[in-house]
Amino acid sequence: MNELIPAFDWHRVMVAPWTEDLALFGWIGLMGFLVTAACGLVGNYLILRRMALMGDAVSHSVLPGLVIAFLVSGSRGTWPMFLGALAAGVVTTLLIEAIHRRTRVKQDAAIGIAFSTLFAIGVLLTSIYSQQIDLDAECVLYGEIAFVPLEPFVEWGAAVLGPVSLVRMAGVLMFVVIIIVAFYKELLVASFDDGLSRAMGINPAWVHHGLMALLSIVVVSAFEAVGAILVIAMLILPGATASLLTQRLSRMHFIAVGHAALSAWWGVSLGVWLDCSIGAAMVVMGAVLFSLVWAFTSWSSRRSGRRTAINAGEMKHESA
Amino acid sequence: MILRRQLWRRVALLLLLVVGTSNLAHAASVQSLADTNWWDQLLRFLSFRDAALRYALAGSILLGLSCGLLGSFIVVRRMALVGDALSHAVLPGVALGFLWGMTKDPLAIFVGAVVAGLAGTALVTALTRTTRLKEDTALGLVLASFFAAGICLVTMIQRLPTGNKSGLDKFLFGQAAALGADDITLMAVVTTVAVVLVTLFYKELLATSFDEGFARSSGIPSAWVHHGLMLVLAAATVIALQAVGVVLVSAMLITPAATAYLLTDRLHRMLLLASGFGILAGAAGAFFSFIGRGLPTGPLMVIGASTVFAGAYFLAPRHGVVARWWRHRQSAARTSRENTLKALYHVWEDDGFRDVGVTLSALAERRRETIEEALSRSGNLMRHGLATVDRDVVYFTPEGRQRAAEIVRNHRLWELYLTNSANIAPDHVHEDAEKIEHVLGETVVRELERRLNYATVDPHGKAIPGPRDIHFDAATRAGGEKTNTGGTRE
Repeated sequence: MNELIPAFDWHRVMVAPWTEDLALFGWIGLMGFLVTAACGLVGNYLILRRMALMGDAVSHSVLPGLVIAFLVSGSRGTWPMFLGALAAGVVTTLLIEAIHRRTRVKQDAAIGIAFSTLFAIGVLLTSIYSQQIDLDAECVLYGEIAFVPLEPFVEWGAAVLGPVSLVRMAGVLMFVVIIIVAFYKELLVASFDDGLSRAMGINPAWVHHGLMALLSIVVVSAFEAVGAILVIAMLILPGATASLLTQRLSRMHFIAVGHAALSAWWGVSLGVWLDCSIGAAMVVMGAVLFSLVWAFTSWSSRRSGRRTAINAGEMKHESA
Repeated sequence: MILRRQLWRRVALLLLLVVGTSNLAHAASVQSLADTNWWDQLLRFLSFRDAALRYALAGSILLGLSCGLLGSFIVVRRMALVGDALSHAVLPGVALGFLWGMTKDPLAIFVGAVVAGLAGTALVTALTRTTRLKEDTALGLVLASFFAAGICLVTMIQRLPTGNKSGLDKFLFGQAAALGADDITLMAVVTTVAVVLVTLFYKELLATSFDEGFARSSGIPSAWVHHGLMLVLAAATVIALQAVGVVLVSAMLITPAATAYLLTDRLHRMLLLASGFGILAGAAGAFFSFIGRGLPTGPLMVIGASTVFAGAYFLAPRHGVVARWWRHRQSAARTSRENTLKALYHVWEDDGFRDVGVTLSALAERRRETIEEALSRSGNLMRHGLATVDRDVVYFTPEGRQRAAEIVRNHRLWELYLTNSANIAPDHVHEDAEKIEHVLGETVVRELERRLNYATVDPHGKAIPGPRDIHFDAATRAGGEKTNTGGTRE
């Protein structure tokens, strides 16, 4: 056991990554924050709409999209990858709808069938074209966030902006924030009340498909860093933590971003301490944060004599 | 008692079968899959000469059987994604089981994984009970957090200098070719236990899966049944891991079961079909992975299962898309014919039932269509023996006249029923009656007539066709019962 868990060295774990090794871990931590924040913001809506497992489905089915886009275009450029992933996301949602709308198979089973089939196709294609495709199996599952600082840096004039995927992720986060700010009302209403949103002239189907497209974009840009499965945690953990702490959607967004920052920061430390996958360590720290909040909220609600299970129903929206 | 004995004989037979499959495998050189051509590979597959192949095949078949069987319950219980959560949640258990003995001892890994899986499902239950989080959120949260903890442990183990850790990462994607005799034995044991438990507790599982209230009131401890099912499910998930990997286990649980679900309405048939599809998918995966050397077995198995599902999706006799489309088309065509008949009847009625036929122009005017459309509609009626067309006049056949009167009767009876018994205003009942007229069965019509005291006038003052209008010449009608009364499904 001793060789498994190294001694906890405060300086090495908590200080050094942000001082001597900042050039290395700074980028990793920042990337972790950008990924978790973007995923968390989109994930809030998935949680509200009870579609948390669509994130699961889309994150798996992005794989064949990436592989096919690579095989068709012959490059690992940003645009082919994006289009491939977007197409995969659309195909997944359509497949799921085709299965559960037209047969008596329920939605959860439809999700399971669709994403596992697509993922299997992706894995198969990867192993058939393993010579051409530089995607290794472990990277698919939990990504390689530690390679971010090794990427070529983007320069803009005289200024060095950062590693390629980090700059891309920052762009995606900005995009997500802009979309949420611009369509806040539409997203809010369509997530809580189908009928009301129709009455207000907001088509819930469009909101649904737009959200799915946004999800695909976020998932594919996160894929390289955290892989197909850890991205589910990044989608769900921040929002789940936030929804224990507040009933308001706007506050949920801020808490989710805060959660993302803390789990990225402490995740790097945990990864350095235990010398394990940093992406996974960030998720573990996110889960620890969630557990702390869970323990705190159930303790405080018991103390004030209320049951948390009351109002298992909806959150209040602030436009009300 | 006889049934019981038959059941036991069946269990014994299955036991023999399972033990027999596991004994197929005897140690031999694993690495003999040299370069040979496709045909040789096929012969080689069918001759079962390679030990690795025998292990892989036996493993795939065993996991197909157990996953199909247990997956049926999670599909009918709408817990399909619990399998997904379970399969990811067992990963830290796999790693801890490895750390316990620092070897790839199947039993230690098995115990660790099952414990972790159960902890995961318990956590999902606790989260949904104590917080406002919905089940899907709780599932995703536990799935990803456990998986992340597992990845942390696996990556920590990989840097350890000691221990035979090769193969631990095989749990991620699975590798049927790496199965050993110990693994197969474990799989055989788990599959046997699953089969025996499902056979013994079939009644309890059936009741709790479909009607929990009924199960509880008849004294079945449904919570225990649930926990037991979860335990066996966790065990089955763990044994499937080594062959298909973490991500694809849920496919082996869901897809064969969903395929069977499209094909039958009876649980016992569903269990048999799902196990059959599972075995088929497993064997197909092992076969193709052997033929195309180097291709991973897990994805091939899953694609095999999905192909069978796609077949059932389109072609299942009752629940398939093609069958549904055909039924829908048939009923739409029938409704359209009946609407034409009704229009003919209306014209005829307005005329005071004087003329024997209805002109095409009157029909077209009534339906607000062109003469050509009226002609094609009448032609359609003619093909179904409901009317004859002579130049520009349409005549009912006895069959057609009877059906037309029935439809009008159904419509007017329903309008009257809605006005009298449901207190709906007479000008609001037409739309509803338009739909119901095509599907009212004869027994319901009798009941309606009785409740309405055999009324003869509808809310709009029109006469409701009575038995005499409908069966005016029933005696002359040929024996063939062609009138479709709908509503009553077989």
